[in-house]
Amino acid sequence: MADPTHIKDRPSPAVRAEALESLLTERGLVKSEVLDGFINRFVNDVGPMNGAKVVAKAWTDPDYREHLLADGTGAIKELGFAGPQGEHIVVVENSDDVHNVVVCTLCSCYPWPVLGLPPEWYKDPAYRSRMVREPRTLLSEMGLDLDDEVEVRVWDSSAENRYLVLPQRPDGTDDLSEEELAALVTRDAMVGVARVSAG
Amino acid sequence: MDGIHDMGGMQGWGTVAIDPDEPVFRERWHGRAFAMGAMSMGLSGTNLDAFRHGLERLHPYDYLADGYYGRWLACAETLLVDSGVLAPGAVEARARNLSGESVDEPADVEENKPVYERGGAGSLREIDDEPAFSVGDEVRAKDIRTGGHTRMPGYIRGRTGTVQALRPAALLPDTNAHFAGENPQHVYTVEFDSTELWGPDAEAAKLRIDLFESYLEAI
Repeated sequence: MADPTHIKDRPSPAVRAEALESLLTERGLVKSEVLDGFINRFVNDVGPMNGAKVVAKAWTDPDYREHLLADGTGAIKELGFAGPQGEHIVVVENSDDVHNVVVCTLCSCYPWPVLGLPPEWYKDPAYRSRMVREPRTLLSEMGLDLDDEVEVRVWDSSAENRYLVLPQRPDGTDDLSEEELAALVTRDAMVGVARVSAG
Repeated sequence: MDGIHDMGGMQGWGTVAIDPDEPVFRERWHGRAFAMGAMSMGLSGTNLDAFRHGLERLHPYDYLADGYYGRWLACAETLLVDSGVLAPGAVEARARNLSGESVDEPADVEENKPVYERGGAGSLREIDDEPAFSVGDEVRAKDIRTGGHTRMPGYIRGRTGTVQALRPAALLPDTNAHFAGENPQHVYTVEFDSTELWGPDAEAAKLRIDLFESYLEAI
């Protein structure tokens, strides 16, 4: 067995990241400003607010919903969202009878253009290991209890298709605008570990 | 490969906590590691599948010790060293010097980027072959065991499911990760019943997973 002290005794990842950046920078292979721009894009421009707009539009526009379910990538691109980890996006719809939830057991594949980068819990070995084996128990631990009659459909994103859950529109939201609806839609609901609540 | 990354169905990891206030990057180096990880594929002349395989090849301690961005950082270093862009040990030596030690840094080595043909950008490909399977077909996941890269998780090996959808054809990660050709194939979403995967006492659920044609056999 390898000696685990090679981890204990080595420089911290923060310093190793700095070291890698300095090595690449002095070779002219990366520029700090380019890294900054890349990082800022994922902090400010790409995130679940994009997916929330997609969901709210699907809730208010039946033609768009139909298009979204038939051609997720195309309908999402119509709203301006595309890019890495979004080559082919499939939208799966929750109903009274079916609850969809997404996982990536082999790494942490996730639909970046609509949800941004995955949260820690999605990358957690506990989530990756258990969602395919005991989804009802895990969902319940995460705060989502499902009736026995509801079919639980777990999507393991093992190839290049990325999955976005279209949650159920909550009751009591008939008077809300598309924008107000988008504000209710959470990342967790679009992965399938929560419901959208009316607020 | 059968590695730490193939987590589907493993037990003993405990529960999952959601932090509703989690920032995109909890620490500054997370963002730097993410950006350099993403760029390492181009800089090393490799590809996304090689990157995923780079993650899998990390020692399990390294895979886990510093979390997701720790693996991205370690994988970036792996690919850059494999391709001769950086010398083995260069990152550690520089890190020690940045930490106030005074160690010799290794001399640069000769670049050794992989030479292989690419069929275009991204992973999706147009192919002319007729799909071997149709929606509704019962199929079995082959008992594939490889020391290399594959996107077939261990927990479905030998299990029987039903084809639910034909997805766009895509290059085969199993060969592309090793620069041994794209071998584009049809991709199917296959549904497995939880009892087929986890035994008669399994929680009621359906597992849907995307599988390349060569992972599957007709029944």
